[in-house]
Order: sequence, then structure tokens, then C-alpha cells
Amino acid sequence: MPGVLTVYRWELRKLRSQKRTYLGLGAAVVVPLIFVTALITGGGQPNDVAFGRYVNETGLAVPLVLLLFGSIWLFPLITALVAGDIVASEDRNATLKMILTRSVERQQVFAGKALATATYAAIAIALTGAVALIAGILASGFNPITSLSGTRVSASRGLGLVGASLLVYMLPILSIASIGLLFSTVFRNSGAAIVGTLMFSLLLQLVSILPGLGGLHPYLLSTQFDAWQGLLRTPVDWAPIVRSIWVCSLYSIPSLAIAATVFLRRDVAES
Amino acid sequence: MADGPPIEVRGLLKRYGEIVAVDDVDLTVNPGDVFGYLGPNGAGKTTSLRMMLGLIRPTSGTVRLFGRDPQLSVSALQGVAGFVEAPSFYPYLNGRTNLELCAALDGDGAADRIEEVLELVELRDRAKDKVKGYSHGMRQRLGIAAALLRRPRLLLLDEPATGLDPAGMRDMRRLIRDLADQGITVLLSSHLMVEVEELCNRVAIVREGHIAYEGLLSDLQSQAGVSFRLRTTDDDRARQVCAAEPEIEVVGDDPDGGLLFKAPSEDAVAALSQALAESGTPVVELTPQRATLEDLFFQLTEGEASTSVPTPEPNMIESAA
Repeated sequence: MPGVLTVYRWELRKLRSQKRTYLGLGAAVVVPLIFVTALITGGGQPNDVAFGRYVNETGLAVPLVLLLFGSIWLFPLITALVAGDIVASEDRNATLKMILTRSVERQQVFAGKALATATYAAIAIALTGAVALIAGILASGFNPITSLSGTRVSASRGLGLVGASLLVYMLPILSIASIGLLFSTVFRNSGAAIVGTLMFSLLLQLVSILPGLGGLHPYLLSTQFDAWQGLLRTPVDWAPIVRSIWVCSLYSIPSLAIAATVFLRRDVAES
Repeated sequence: MADGPPIEVRGLLKRYGEIVAVDDVDLTVNPGDVFGYLGPNGAGKTTSLRMMLGLIRPTSGTVRLFGRDPQLSVSALQGVAGFVEAPSFYPYLNGRTNLELCAALDGDGAADRIEEVLELVELRDRAKDKVKGYSHGMRQRLGIAAALLRRPRLLLLDEPATGLDPAGMRDMRRLIRDLADQGITVLLSSHLMVEVEELCNRVAIVREGHIAYEGLLSDLQSQAGVSFRLRTTDDDRARQVCAAEPEIEVVGDDPDGGLLFKAPSEDAVAALSQALAESGTPVVELTPQRATLEDLFFQLTEGEASTSVPTPEPNMIESAA
């Protein structure tokens, strides 16, 4: 009998056939290329961000700098492009009535969509990381990197830490994806869901720089985009990573639960 | 496997705030029926079909498909297929890929039937084209193909011929007839009288969410009975004679001249004929006027059913006041 895996495979198949997927993944590839090209041609370096001063010393610093830059709008936008559309597009094409009258339950359809969204987000982050790493190594070499504690980390260990940083970075990205999925399910309109997701992300960024709200910082989603930096300390600081796990869960789980409830209970009728 | 009739609906009600879209509908579709679900636009047909397919939740009442409740699980749709409103597909995928997706979500070997159903609906040559380039008629046929992948015992089709050109409508009706001949039970929602008269053996006529009639099409036509057109040399005198006959009911003037009346039997008509002769009112024309399904449809959906259709039977349900 068909189940979640079947839906998941077909959601990926549908994503492969949509332009917005390539728009998002294209941005994930192009942005690091532009960044490295600017480094080569401009000769400067972004000294005001962590690892910025090392981008001309080692290619390992390039993906880390992009993680910092990308957290403001790039990765939330790339994620929202698909997360905000994956349910709403079914409303736009009036195709929910088709898939919900086959042999899969609604909860299986929702789970398949959620998994496909997460897969897309993971691919986008991995693509950015891989392209930034390759382009950075070609431009600046595969050299040891200086950790945030000032210690030198060998290139091979640095490579592992970059990979682990990308994994930790996925936590807030998955939260953004969950919120996008929620908006997509509730609004039933791709544009509103994508813009809403991006606005939510930017709003949290704004809150994080407002004076007098410092007590909220550890619980903001925007703060969790920096949790990976704990890996780049000596010894590794696990506290921000552990906090990121449960803070991101506080954003993701309720969003998914509400989205699933709405999806399971909604009437499927053309508006 | 089947524990009940293909469709059994009891007390089905759907309310949107103050608006009652479907109001206490009872319906039974028996195996082998080609059941016409007739009503004007906005009468609640599509909402009813959506509830039958488990797409929307009834406010109250029950739907059973072969004895199973589609609100509880999609397993109730085993052996059931169809579409509501226009069939919809992913426009960025081609016809075959859309069917492959449907087949994957159906399981049960549906993928092996893709070529067969494409052939049946004559879309094999266009199967590699993206659906966004399909005409309305092609999408309707692809909808039928997607339904047939499930090897259905019950097909629910919502206005399948709407928007098709005459040749497309003819082909669609032929296809439905062929499917019915193969033993598939069909619920055909429509507002096209010709389609229903041509295809259906049983009908329900829905008016403002109510079922105004449910039963055999032939019964409906006979219940509507026969009205008679009477032309005489003196219609005013003829009207007086008709009024004096207890079983004769004058129902109006014929636009082409003469009177229209209804009579419960041929004996009553014979008695009237004799009375006219005795009163010195020669008859020029006395002809039966059989109501068409369209007449009955308008009577039941726009007029007062109890007064327009002369002999209400138990399955004739009083229209809402």
C-alpha cells in the first residue's frame, strides 16, 4: 500500500519539475560564487564578521562567513520559496481533491510534504556549503583555520567542523521551513505564505537588535543561526547547540502540529 | 467486500454559517445504477459529492460507500473514483506523469493500467505533453483516465460534459455508457437534461440543498402524467364545461390557443369530451402533452413540486417552503 514514502518521493518529483525549486537552489549556488568572485576581484575581506578576516587565508572560512550573511534573509527566503508553496500550490492548482481521493491518508500526504520540504532545505544548505567550500578552496587554498578561541585548527579537522556547522545550521532552517509550511497550509496562498515566512524571520532579526529586549535573545530563532559557532571554539562549546535544539523545537513542533491539524481537518473546496 | 449499496446517504447536512448548502439529503444509489444527480447551479450537488468523497465534513448526517464511511479513512474509497468540478492535474507535469502520480498513490497495480486507460480516453498521443497545454476536453478525459486507474466499481462524475463541444459531449456520454455497460455504478451530477435522459435510469433532483425527487426516471416521467391541450370553437364555454367536471383541472391557457388541462384518467377525458359535445361546444383538437424532463426539472426546481406534478408519490419530497 502507498504511504508516506510514496508521497515523499512524488513530492520530490514535483519539486524537480517546478521553476521555484531551481530558483531557490540556483540562489544557493550563485550567491557563494558571487561572494568568492568579489573576494578575488576586490581583494578585500569582511573583517567585521566572524571568520571574515580569514577568507583570504583559507577556503574553509568562506562557507562559515556565508552562513552568517545568509541567516538574515537569503536562507529564510530560499527555504520559504518551497515551504510556503508546498501546500498552497495544491490549492492554486486545485489538486488536493485529486490526491486526497486516492489511497493515501491525509496525515501521510502532510508528512510526505513536510519531509520533502526538509529535504529541499537541506539540499539548499548543502549546496551553498559545498559550492562555497570548493570556490573558497580554489580561491584561498585548503589551509588550517583559526578558531574563535584563537587556536589553529588543521584543514582536515576544519573541514569536518564546517560540515558539522552546516548540520547545526539546519536546526533554525528547519524551524523556518515549519513556519513556512504552517503559513502555506493556513493561508492557502503561496505569495502570502512566502512573504509571511520571510517577514517573520526578519521580524525576529529586528527584535534581536532592539534595545531593552536582550533577555529574549537566547530564545529568538535568529539567535539560533549562530549556534554553530560553538563548534568553532576550543574546547567545543555545546551550550548554544543544545539550546538551539530545544529552542528550534519550540518553534518547529507547534508550527507543524497546527499545520497538520489544519490540513487534516480542513474542507477541501475551491475558494 | 461490499457491505452495502454503492452510495447510501442519510440526513446529510452541510452548513456554512447561516447558509445551508445541503439540507437533510437522503439518497441511495444501487449497484448498476446510472444515477443522475440533477439540479441547477448552486443547488448543492458539488458539495454533496465532496462529502461523499470525504473531501469536506458534513455538519451532520452520514455517507456510506459500500457500507464504509469516507470521513473515517480513504480505505472507504476502495473501488470508488471520480472527480468533483473540473478534474485538476499538475500543469507542469505531462499527462502520463500525472497518471503515474495517481497510480503511485493508488497502489494495487494501478501503474500497469496507465497505457490501457490512456488508450481508452484517446490521449495516448498527447500523453507526453504538459497538462497546462491541454484543452478542457482533454483534461476531462484525463480525469476519467485517472478515475479508471482505480478499477472502480463506483464512479462519481461531476458535470463531466460541461464545457465540451458537441462532439466532446457525445464522446463523453458514449464513454460513460460503455463504463456503465461494464457494470460500473455511476453517479452523474449534471444540469444537462439531455445527458441525464440519455444515460440515467434513476435520478434525484435537488433544489436549494433539498432532494425534491428521488426515484426512477421513468416513474418521474409518468408521475408528471400527461396534460391535454383542448381547442374548441368556443374556449370560454369549454372552460365552463371543464370547471363543471370534477376530475378535470384546467392548468392554464396554451400560448398557441386553447386550454391546458390535466385529468387523472382516460375515462375523465372521455367524460369531458362527452360533456363538451352535449353542451354544443365542438372540439377542434384534444391532444395529450407529455412533459419533458426539462419541464419536470423546472417544475421541481423553480415551481411548487406538489402542485406542478400531478400525482405525488412517496418518493416525491415536498419542496422547502
